[in-house]
Amino acid sequence: MANHHTSLGTDVLANASHVDVLALCIVVGAILGYPVMAYRTNEKYKQWPFVRYMSWYTGVLCVASALVGPMATRAHHDFTFHMVGHLLIGMLGPLLLALAAPMTLTLRYVEVQTARHLTSILKSQLAHRLQDPLVASVLNIGGLWVLYATPLYSAMQTYTFLHVVVHVHVFLAGYLFTVAMIDIDPKPHKPNNVYRAIVFLLALTGHGILAKYIYAYPPAGVSASQAELGAKVMYYGGDLIDAWLLYIFCYQWYRSVRPRTALDSLTPTTNGPRPL
Amino acid sequence: MSSQPLKSHLNHTLLWRKRNLWSGVLFGIGLIAFIDEAVFHQLLHWHHFYDRSTTEVGLVSDGLFHALSWFATIGGLFIFADLRRRQAWLPKRWLGGVLLGAGGFQLYDGIIHHKLMGVHQVRYVEDVFIYDVVWNATALAIIVAGLVLITRSKRDEAQQEGMLANGESSY
Repeated sequence: MANHHTSLGTDVLANASHVDVLALCIVVGAILGYPVMAYRTNEKYKQWPFVRYMSWYTGVLCVASALVGPMATRAHHDFTFHMVGHLLIGMLGPLLLALAAPMTLTLRYVEVQTARHLTSILKSQLAHRLQDPLVASVLNIGGLWVLYATPLYSAMQTYTFLHVVVHVHVFLAGYLFTVAMIDIDPKPHKPNNVYRAIVFLLALTGHGILAKYIYAYPPAGVSASQAELGAKVMYYGGDLIDAWLLYIFCYQWYRSVRPRTALDSLTPTTNGPRPL
Repeated sequence: MSSQPLKSHLNHTLLWRKRNLWSGVLFGIGLIAFIDEAVFHQLLHWHHFYDRSTTEVGLVSDGLFHALSWFATIGGLFIFADLRRRQAWLPKRWLGGVLLGAGGFQLYDGIIHHKLMGVHQVRYVEDVFIYDVVWNATALAIIVAGLVLITRSKRDEAQQEGMLANGESSY
């Protein structure tokens, strides 16, 4: 791909169309593939829930708007827009897509043999390692630190190749982090909840510190006022999306420890209401 | 009531008591941190999330506390829901925990963040001393109120347990 050392503007513009086309293909594939799979499996299995279609399309919209279109163009020279894009492609988009359970849908669509292959990939050591909360968090938050605390951010604005790699990494790491924290799709190895909670806390911390770091030390090529606004978008916007993720995490935990026996649920308390 | 169920019953209530306290403390930390951020940062603009005069340690500790308070708000409420579901909610003890968490965090903020680290001050005025006194005195008052509630709940529970042990069922 294009690594001839031309000036910033021309290089980005000259290659933008190829990248746009590729991104558009993936987006169109995601838009059409999902309902086709859902529709064709509805005869054999339970009706695919409507809310998952909604989640999938909103997720695709989030990711796509960060890659192509007016916001993506603006993000090249406006750090605030870059940060909004970051939240969409690295946090909100992955969360919505994960909630749409694409792997579950794929497994019910494909042939048994293919499904077996897929699940064996999911069960592999590598998949296990990548879905470890700590590994996923380091890839996710660590990657962001590398992006904003080193010259990578300004390099990414210059070289299209880097630009693409960074976006793909931010999305994949965001998705990995999401599926490591909540259980939607089949997951052969479920991590311990306390461990997940601690890692989640550390990841949240890392994200918050990075936002303040950007506020104090703008990345190269970003003005102080732009960095301050962008940092606030990252800090408070990140909080909102994290609150949703935290809510799902806690809710799943809450459900998993529901009282299963009559004795358990009706343990007498000293001043609680009379047991039913 | 034979002694075996009574024993397991006591073990259970001990567990729920601790959990009532924890749920309250977590929620209290989250609540006060939220009030601080919403009222003093965003509405009054008395101080901000990063006041530049900070050290690296201040940055990290701030980040950790923010994450903790955010997580604590949501997690604490889920533990609360779990207690309600198990009919093990002890209102006085829980509320005591909320006040203890809130006051403890405010005192930490007032002493460690404001004074020792100098991350930010309550307000940037000449007589900041008055603000500090009010801030920390409020924190202490909240802590004391929390401790009073917890002590009272302990007394209530001991009383009811005594009744239970004597065979007078409380329900």
